[in-house]
Amino acid sequence: MITTFLIGFPLLAALFVYLSGNKLAGKVAVIASLLELAAGISAFLDFNPIIIWNFEQRIEWISNLNIEYYVGMDGISLVLVLLTVLLLPVILITGLLSKLKDTAAFYSLALLMQSALIGVFTAKDVFLFYIFWELALLPIYFICLQWGDENRKATTFKFFIYTLVGSLFMLVAIIYLYLQTPDHSYSMESLYSLRLDSIDQTFVFLAFVLAFGIKMPIFPLHTWQPATYTSAPTAGTMLLSGIMLKMGIYGVIRWVIPITPIALESYGCWVIIAAVIGILYSSILALQQQNYKTLIAYVSIAHVGLIAAGVFSASFIGIQASLIQMFAHGINVVGIFLIIELIVKRTGTLELSKLGGLRHQAPILNVFFLIIVMASIALPLTNGFVGEFMLFVALFQYSPILTAIAGLTIILGAVYMLSSFQKIMLGDVNPNYSHVQDVTLGEALTLVPLIALIIIMGIFPNIVLEQTEASVEMLLQSMQKTVSSIN
Amino acid sequence: MKDFVWLIPTLPLAGFLILSLFKSFIPKGLSGYLATLAVVSSFIVVLNWFIPALRGELTPFTWVAWDWINLGKYHLNFAFQIDVLSIWFMAIITGIGSLIHLYSIAYMHDDDGITRYFSYLNLFIFSMLILVMGSNFVVLFAGWEGVGLCSYLLIGFWFKNNAYNDAAKKAFIMNRIGDLGFLLGMLLLFMHVGSLDYTTVLEQAPQVFHKNAGLITVITLLLFVGATGKSAQVPLYTWLPDAMAGPTPVSALIHAATMVTAGIYMITRTNILFDLAPITLDIVYYIGTATAILAALIGLTQNDIKKVLAYSTVSQLGFMFMALGMGAYSIAVFHVTTHAFFKALLFLGSGSVIHAMGGEQDIRYMGGLRHKLPITFITFLIGTLAIAGIPPLAGFFSKDAILAVAFEHSPIYWGIGVFAALLTTFYMFRMFFLTFFGSFRGSDKQKEHLHESPLLMTLPLAVLALLSFGGGFINIPHVFGGHQWFSHYLNQKSLVPLLGESSISVTTEYILMAIALILVMATILFTYISYVKKHNIPSADNSESTTLGYKLSYNKFYIDEIYHSIIVKPLHIASDTVFSFIEKYILDGIVKSIGLGVQKAGSGIRHIQSGSTNTYALFMILGVALVILIQIVL
Repeated sequence: MITTFLIGFPLLAALFVYLSGNKLAGKVAVIASLLELAAGISAFLDFNPIIIWNFEQRIEWISNLNIEYYVGMDGISLVLVLLTVLLLPVILITGLLSKLKDTAAFYSLALLMQSALIGVFTAKDVFLFYIFWELALLPIYFICLQWGDENRKATTFKFFIYTLVGSLFMLVAIIYLYLQTPDHSYSMESLYSLRLDSIDQTFVFLAFVLAFGIKMPIFPLHTWQPATYTSAPTAGTMLLSGIMLKMGIYGVIRWVIPITPIALESYGCWVIIAAVIGILYSSILALQQQNYKTLIAYVSIAHVGLIAAGVFSASFIGIQASLIQMFAHGINVVGIFLIIELIVKRTGTLELSKLGGLRHQAPILNVFFLIIVMASIALPLTNGFVGEFMLFVALFQYSPILTAIAGLTIILGAVYMLSSFQKIMLGDVNPNYSHVQDVTLGEALTLVPLIALIIIMGIFPNIVLEQTEASVEMLLQSMQKTVSSIN
Repeated sequence: MKDFVWLIPTLPLAGFLILSLFKSFIPKGLSGYLATLAVVSSFIVVLNWFIPALRGELTPFTWVAWDWINLGKYHLNFAFQIDVLSIWFMAIITGIGSLIHLYSIAYMHDDDGITRYFSYLNLFIFSMLILVMGSNFVVLFAGWEGVGLCSYLLIGFWFKNNAYNDAAKKAFIMNRIGDLGFLLGMLLLFMHVGSLDYTTVLEQAPQVFHKNAGLITVITLLLFVGATGKSAQVPLYTWLPDAMAGPTPVSALIHAATMVTAGIYMITRTNILFDLAPITLDIVYYIGTATAILAALIGLTQNDIKKVLAYSTVSQLGFMFMALGMGAYSIAVFHVTTHAFFKALLFLGSGSVIHAMGGEQDIRYMGGLRHKLPITFITFLIGTLAIAGIPPLAGFFSKDAILAVAFEHSPIYWGIGVFAALLTTFYMFRMFFLTFFGSFRGSDKQKEHLHESPLLMTLPLAVLALLSFGGGFINIPHVFGGHQWFSHYLNQKSLVPLLGESSISVTTEYILMAIALILVMATILFTYISYVKKHNIPSADNSESTTLGYKLSYNKFYIDEIYHSIIVKPLHIASDTVFSFIEKYILDGIVKSIGLGVQKAGSGIRHIQSGSTNTYALFMILGVALVILIQIVL
């Protein structure tokens, strides 16, 4: 029930927000997202990791096609659902801060998206997964198109074409899988017990990797991303980078690893190589970016590249690491975009050459900013470290050479994060910003939970790891069964 | 009793949290006392185990704070390991750290950011304690990165000055280069041992790794790369001289009690691994030697009092790595200890000088300060004699121990060591004489301002002077009828191996010592004649009539410039090229041409390509509906 509530409540709230008009919409939406958060937390408290699947619900839906409304949460789903419900209030408040016009439409789209995202993370029927997947894309197109900057049309178009291509391939693969199941079902159990030969697996694998790879994105499928992140309104960028890109990684864990393990074994290395190239590539590009938002977009490609490499290694530590790192990345990237919003609000620019000296006026902002920077360069005892360290452990067992290359991001990350931080915050007082205000109480209250999560997850990462441990083991067992029955 | 061990790092951490969270409520005058109290209390808790350790009564133990990272089969604990090695470092960190805190109260009293300063200082002590207390490589790494952060914060303490910010950033990045090596070494170890706890790794290492095999050589080399970053060795040493951008007591903290000793601690802690890899040890020795000589050569011509001291630290660290490379781990830690005493003394002394000079750091504008700053003068003299290795001061025993081991390896090693020691003596006395002797060369305003520092500053100087004087007695060698107490202390539970019986005869040792001592005395005399008798003051402008050697030394062998043109610049050029060529031209080009191709191919249905995403979204929904419909019909 709670799963359905988590999907359904934001959908209802979206409608209610739209009806409540522009004046009230923001407040209603934030309250709705907080209620959703409370529901999410209660699900977390009730969750029993040992039994793997919790809160399942299975109802016949389109019976001629055997499409079911089939949802539930294992540890893997839970982590991403929690991330979604945790981040949405922050994202909505950011929307409030940036004073968007036509707020009722904006907030209802954001809530609609939350509903779809939770659907993606909990669907146990692959067609339902696909429907939620597409449903999650629609609101973000509109958000980018309606509230983006002057380049929004061109960038949204590119974004749209990319994801459309990916989705079509995925749809073909899903229908193909459906036809292969003996009982003609889309359910996870049926798909997991499929024993495809290696050629079939390869096609399905390629189609899925294309769809999920675009979403993450993995090099060289990333070129839609920096432009879209830069052009979208900050709240939209948060949705994209904080939650939506995790759909791609989740898809790989949920569908690719158990269904096409043979293909993964043969071709996964190429994806990992591409991901590692992407880490280095985007880190090098981040060095010379002049717009801070674009810079963070490239940084995000590097971070996600490492997560992808860990997932495609299909090892226990790799998947565990990717889960905790997705959680950490979501918090950190939303944190940094919130800082970006606060900076734009005060200075009107994100061009690094025009910024500087803000620390003098805004010492508290400086502290928040620095903590998030340190988390994103994986300082131990912040949330960024545990995932990164575990990802390196997993990748190292796969290939020490690739790990060494990916490890260069430890150095380059420090270079671009500290250089840009210095350009924005440090140095002598900039006369243009000599009356800049420090963070307000409301802004601080939005940032504090993120900072608290950064520290708590860095010190006690097992809070997350223990939820997912059994589910990941189960997933790998299922994968192992498929492999051994084919060989 | 064991259950109180967590108090040691928690006290400075609490100090940091209180000072940073309640910054606006704490009176500026009080923050220094609060921070000092935190570190002194931590020191007192340390004594609880340090005193038994000195008596040889410490039972080593591990204290698990919590289960940190669940790696499936292996659970990584956040745990502390208390034994003679870690407690020794803890005593240095909190002991010297307390003195530096106390000194800072007076030194920083009129700085607006004093509360922030002390909160960082406490965090620094906390991080360093975590580094030495950790019972596995990852907890060490947490402290390792933590001190990197603290040095970043403190070097860039005066953040309005972008040169200081650059120095802070440089320190962090240089350290990170080393950290990558350390991390990879750690991963390789984990892959082969399946654990990162010291006890397990060190116990199993002799079985898992064959002596002299490639694998253990690679592991130890990678760990050593980490050490070169943190402990400022060639080629990653360039951050340390720039690190003097921070307040002077911070330099004392970084150079003496914390941070740079981390590499030596780590190698001593894992000496079993390094002993399995003789090739690595040779490389450690060569790098140490290169660092000792190079830094000393640069130190010869520097005119900034803190810069001279900074290069002397780099050079002395080189000495410690020479000792490590020769397998003389306990001697290296012995030199860490004496160096902590006299380098903290010298840096705090230089702070007292700078304080009196109203911020002036150039020794060319000092001179004759011994009259106005008598306590600073006497204590500084003791520090200088100690670093030069004059008996019976602390530096004599530790440096002589290194030289004795070097002679056993080869007389050439000994010769190189003595040469480096003479260079040290030269630049230290050059600085000493230019600062305290001759006539005052600063402005009249500075002359009026000259004054001895307050008690809060001179008291730590006095304590450190006492330690610099007598600190060497803990390891009196057999030739002087001693028993190398400290080496035996570290050998408890065979933690750090004892050196074998010396193969050189007592007579040879006396002769070597005498030669070294005579040469040192001659060097002091030489500097006295040239800088006090002949009043040789380095000219303000060094461009003319200088030899090539002088130019190279004065310009630090252009190492920073070389790094800039072979690493930094190419990286930025690469970044520009990759962006404009691959990202924009190739990748974007492909996407665009695909888009164009689609447009051409679909000319028949052009009218639906309105360019409006709304239309596309509509079509997508219709598409999905269509697929479902087709399936229903079928």
